[in-house]
Amino acid sequence: MLDKTTEELLGIVSDWSGKFNGAYNIRSNGECAGRQSSENILIENKPDNPGLVIRIKPGTKGETVYIPACVTKGGINDLVYNDFYVGEGADVIIVAGCGVHTADGHDVRHHGIHRFILAKGSRVLYKEKHIGTGAGGGAKRIDPVTEIEQGEDSYLEMDTIQIGGVDSTYRKTSGRLGKGAKLVIKERIMTDGNQTANTDFAVELDGEDSGADIVSRSVAKGNSYQEYHSKISGNNRCKGHSECDAILADNGKVNAAPELYAGSLDAELIHEAAIGKIAGEQIIKLQTLGLSEEEAEKKIIEGFLRG
Amino acid sequence: MLKIKNLSWTLESGEEILKNISLEIPEGKLTVITGPNGGGKTSLAKLIAGLEKPVSGEILLDNENITEWDITKRSKAGIGYAFQQPVRFKGLNVRDLLELSAQRSLSDRDICEILGKVGLCANEYIDRNIDASLSGGEAKRIEIASVLAKKDAKVLVFDEPEAGIDLWSFSSLIDAFERLKTTEKKSLLIISHQERILEISDHIAVIANGVVRKSGRREEILGELLGEEKAERCPLGKDKEDNNNA
Repeated sequence: MLDKTTEELLGIVSDWSGKFNGAYNIRSNGECAGRQSSENILIENKPDNPGLVIRIKPGTKGETVYIPACVTKGGINDLVYNDFYVGEGADVIIVAGCGVHTADGHDVRHHGIHRFILAKGSRVLYKEKHIGTGAGGGAKRIDPVTEIEQGEDSYLEMDTIQIGGVDSTYRKTSGRLGKGAKLVIKERIMTDGNQTANTDFAVELDGEDSGADIVSRSVAKGNSYQEYHSKISGNNRCKGHSECDAILADNGKVNAAPELYAGSLDAELIHEAAIGKIAGEQIIKLQTLGLSEEEAEKKIIEGFLRG
Repeated sequence: MLKIKNLSWTLESGEEILKNISLEIPEGKLTVITGPNGGGKTSLAKLIAGLEKPVSGEILLDNENITEWDITKRSKAGIGYAFQQPVRFKGLNVRDLLELSAQRSLSDRDICEILGKVGLCANEYIDRNIDASLSGGEAKRIEIASVLAKKDAKVLVFDEPEAGIDLWSFSSLIDAFERLKTTEKKSLLIISHQERILEISDHIAVIANGVVRKSGRREEILGELLGEEKAERCPLGKDKEDNNNA
């Protein structure tokens, strides 16, 4: 039986509406609160560490697997290792959101280490939403680690968003791509108050004709601070693109440090970055449509983070 | 009805941009403001929309003094303003902008109708982001469409709507302007140098060096204006000379 807070968090981070269709595992306060495998997606405990092994059979198409985690009690530091093995030719959606909540003054942390091993020709849409809720002064922390190994001609799209309320986050993502493999990452982060967010991407384009596209959009409000670091290494004939756009509001601060490494004459690598406050003309335009300055700013930020 | 009474505006540097401007923009009529570049036309449009505040004078909307109102309040009172340079956004799409302007959800059909007025096909543009991926002409037409979609509009101000618009879309736009004034009884104020727009106007005001040089019904002003323009293109005697040389 899930408590109300967990149900609310699940609704936000993984579209929970009282049930999941298909394979799932709900992790609540460090324990399994519900699990179901499907004919094609097998979920088992990890033998050596806390966490799961998720095996998706070759050729599995059109299925979604939900692996959300929630921490709703102060004082819990939840560490979990989840390994996803995606079989050859499979085409699936993986939803792995996380919500942390504390209202008793104690800190909470979720530290999820997800490994993706994609076999030849497989395709994955990986959706990850993070949120922190609750008053009381306890720090809410989410530190996701994502390690990706992509086989020949595989495709992974990672859609990751930090909605808000997380006091501190260190988000580390690394990928190693084989021949013809493609990795697309869309990251959106909102920080406010005294929150901090640190993002670190490292992608090795090892295979011929591999490609990576990393787009990070962030909003730093209040006194919050964000750091963005990305490194794309082109070690073969490949294409890499990274884009870091940040909006500053109030006293928000952003440090963006993109890095490109071309280890092959045929590597084509591009980086774009833009940091600044909302353009005054954008706010004025929306005011001429009848929005107040505050409404205009909110709308622009919503659109920016929606991407 | 929008009335502008003795409006003056000065830059922080002290340079006078508009000097004692008085104009009336009647309901259901199209008024064109024309004149040389740098004469103060766009500044006047910005003062009407509330983007700038005058140093003296008054702006009255239906006899209510709106001079001190901010941009939002003026918009809610029915003043629409299409920017000369379209504003671009990262993350807002065409549907977002039109729905914000209309202050309601719009069906695909509604959007198609609005975009059709500026010569755009809705299916191609409905979900397009209003960002650098749009050409100048596309962005301009979406800017105009955002004003055409405006809820409870009374006075619509367009700053050089013809800029960057192809001939075919421009014809649709002319039709839209005519419908707005005749069927919908809106007050239109268009800043333009375009002869076709001057031809469909009811009133014309010529602003140069920050003052109204001429103002009156189209029939009174247009012939004189086009004559002046021709004279400017061909200084006295030069056309004759050219003809002789031909």
